[in-house]
Amino acid sequence: MIIPLLKGLWLTFRTFFTRPVTIQYPEQKMVMYPRFRGLHELTRDEEGKIKCVACELCAAVCPAKCIRVEPAEGPTHKRFPLVYEIDLLRCIFCGFCQEACPYGAIILRENFETASYTRKDLIYNRDKLFHAYQK
Amino acid sequence: MLAYVLIAFVKVLVVFTGMMLIVAYMTLMERKVLGHMQARFGPNRVGPFGLLQPIADGIKLFFKEDIIVPHANRLIYIFAPTVIVITALVSYAVIPFGDSFTILGQKVDLVVADVNVGLLYLFAISSLGVYGVVMGGWASNNKYSLLGAIRSSAQMISYELPLGLSVIGVLMITESLSTVQIVEAQSKVWFIVYQPLGFIIYLISAVAECSRTPFDLTECENELVAGYQTEYSSMKFALYYLAEYAHILVVSSLAVTLFFGGWHGWILPPVICFLIKIFVFIFFFIWVRATFPRFRYDQLMKFGWKVLFPLALLNIMITAVVIVLGS
Repeated sequence: MIIPLLKGLWLTFRTFFTRPVTIQYPEQKMVMYPRFRGLHELTRDEEGKIKCVACELCAAVCPAKCIRVEPAEGPTHKRFPLVYEIDLLRCIFCGFCQEACPYGAIILRENFETASYTRKDLIYNRDKLFHAYQK
Repeated sequence: MLAYVLIAFVKVLVVFTGMMLIVAYMTLMERKVLGHMQARFGPNRVGPFGLLQPIADGIKLFFKEDIIVPHANRLIYIFAPTVIVITALVSYAVIPFGDSFTILGQKVDLVVADVNVGLLYLFAISSLGVYGVVMGGWASNNKYSLLGAIRSSAQMISYELPLGLSVIGVLMITESLSTVQIVEAQSKVWFIVYQPLGFIIYLISAVAECSRTPFDLTECENELVAGYQTEYSSMKFALYYLAEYAHILVVSSLAVTLFFGGWHGWILPPVICFLIKIFVFIFFFIWVRATFPRFRYDQLMKFGWKVLFPLALLNIMITAVVIVLGS
C-alpha cells in the first residue's frame, strides 16, 4: 500500500528535474509541419504574377462559403481575380480550396497568427493574401 | 521596561512581516514547483523568474470588487475571514525561530512569546481556525459553502486528535510544553530519531489539518464549487488564502520545532537553518499536492479514526514503555 505512494512521489520528483516542455510563445514559436493548414496564400507564377485565373472553383467548394471571387479579363485575354476575398472569421481552414484549385494558386500555409482587433481586418483581400508570405 | 516593550514590538513586527513575505512567496513557490512537476514553467512573466507575481496578485485582488451576497449574515460574513487569519498568524507567536543573543545588555530570545504552555496554546489557537471556516460557510447563505464548511470542520476535528496525540511522544521525552525547551532538548539528537512513527502521523494529520491535496475535500471543485469560500471575493477571498498558506507555514514550523531540532543546525546561522528546514517541509506539501489524488469522504474519515488514531495511541504507549524501561 505504501510502495505505490512512494513510487508516485518519486515520479513527480523526477519530473521536477526534467526540462519543461512549454514553448515560451511570443519569443519562441512552434515550428509547424509542412502540411499545417494556416493562413492562405495566393501564389505567384514564374514571372511573379498571380497564378489565380478566377475560375471560382474554390468559392464553389468552400463549405463555409467564405471565398468571394470576382473575375476580370486582362489585356491578353487572361482571366484574373479582380476581387478575391477570404473571410477568415468564417473560414474553417479545411483546405478544400487548395484541393480544388487546378492551378495550385491557393495554398494554406503555416501562419496561425491571424488575430486582429476588428472584424474588418479579418476579411483578407487579394493583395493581402498575395503578399501574406512575402516580406 | 521600555526596552522590553520595544524588543517585543520589534519581534512581533519581524515575525509578522516575515510571515507575510513567506506566505506571499509560498504561493509563487507552489505554482512554480507544481509547474515543474508537470513539466511546465509556472509563472515567469511578471519580473525576473516571475518574482513579482505575488505582488501583482495581491494588487489585483485588492482592486477586485468586494461583493457581499444578498441574504448573507453581514456581520459574520465579514468577521469570518478575520478570525481565520488572526488564528493562523497568532499561533506563530510560540515558534522559536533562532538562538537567543545579547544586544546592548538585553538578552533577546528569537521567539515572540516563550510561554510555558506553548504547545497547548498553539493547538488551542489553531483549533479556533475552524470557527472562521464554519462562520464563513454559514454566513454566505449558500448550500455549497455550508457543505464545504461542514466537511472542513468535521475533517479538522477528526484530524486534530491524531495531530495532538502524535505530539505527546515528544512531550513525554522533554517533559515540557514550552517550544523553546523542546528545541533546546534537541541540541544533540533530533526527535525524529526517537519518534519516527509520531512524526509520520503528525505529517499526515498536518496535511489534513491544512486541507491540502489528498485531504482537500473541503474545496473539491467538482462537488462544492470552492467549498466554504465560494461566495467570497476580493480581499476577503485573499484573506482565506493567506490563512491557508499561513497555516501550512505554522504546521511546517511546528514539525521542524518538534521533530527536526528547530533552529539547531550546522555551519549556517540558526535562523537560516530554521528557514531551510521550513522550506523543505513546504516543498513536501506541494510535492504531495502534485502527486496524490483526493480521498473520498468516507475514506478520509476511516483513515483518520481507524488508522491514524490507533497508531497515535500505539506510539504513545511504546514511548511510555521505552521511557519507563530506560529510567
